[in-house]
Amino acid sequence: MSEVTSDPRGPIDPQVNTSGREGLTGTAPANLYGPLVEREQITIAPDFAPADTQPAWRQDFPIDWPQDQYVERRDFMKFMVLTSAAFAVGQLWIAAQNWWRRQNGSYEIRRIASVDDVAVGGAIVFTYPAEHDRCLLVRTSDTQFVAFSQKCTHLSCAVIPRPEEGIFFCPCHEGRFDLRSGAPTAGPPRRPLPRILLDIRGRTIYAVGVEERTV
Amino acid sequence: MRTTVHRPFSRDQRATIVYGMLAFVLIIVILQLWLLTATMNAWLGGDDSVVLPAAAASLGCLGLNGGLLWYLGRLERGRRQPSG
Repeated sequence: MSEVTSDPRGPIDPQVNTSGREGLTGTAPANLYGPLVEREQITIAPDFAPADTQPAWRQDFPIDWPQDQYVERRDFMKFMVLTSAAFAVGQLWIAAQNWWRRQNGSYEIRRIASVDDVAVGGAIVFTYPAEHDRCLLVRTSDTQFVAFSQKCTHLSCAVIPRPEEGIFFCPCHEGRFDLRSGAPTAGPPRRPLPRILLDIRGRTIYAVGVEERTV
Repeated sequence: MRTTVHRPFSRDQRATIVYGMLAFVLIIVILQLWLLTATMNAWLGGDDSVVLPAAAASLGCLGLNGGLLWYLGRLERGRRQPSG
């Protein structure tokens, strides 16, 4: 590799009897003890050639490439640490939501419908546990009812019951869930629909809780 | 008598250190991303037993990354201050 730069102080002349220095034994050029140029302040071209041999435009607008790369990697690392902080905040947000969900306590018992309100193979929409949480109650046989959240576990579109096919269908991305278990059978959803726990007392159907599942 | 000379790292040495740190930080950030998605999936599925351990692990990862960033800042400060 060629010499990166020449010493700005110039070479030291060891001869004391050269022209103009006769009798000046022990003296040195006035700039010998001048301020040193830090190596890191020296601009280095991409080809590591001396600055004098670089094209004019590069001499006018020099870029210190090693310094530039160092600053880029350093700033990228700072950004990655910021990203790490964002992920940690996300985890804390989940923990806070979980704490809030626990503080709300157990689910209330709410009347949904009468057994006679739903025909076999039919479905009705109700809200549970909150006012805007839409759910589906499906009567699969004379004595069996199932209820699930209507919110697709992929991107929260409203699923449509298709009892004749035995599925809940999500029209947004053609996701399919099993009608009896709520498990995903096709499409992008990976988690089953939250199941609404039912209690049938006499001829009345009550919702008593929500069972969220991962599989 | 032994004396220790604390010489600041050169730019090339610091660049090598930054590359090593960056590789470590990237691995940790990818781990945190996986941890966040896995925790979210479990929590939405009703399994909240992993929420607090995952949050603690993620904070630990952030602490590691922050420590590396602090060390990088110390390297830079050591370069600017005259060695005495």
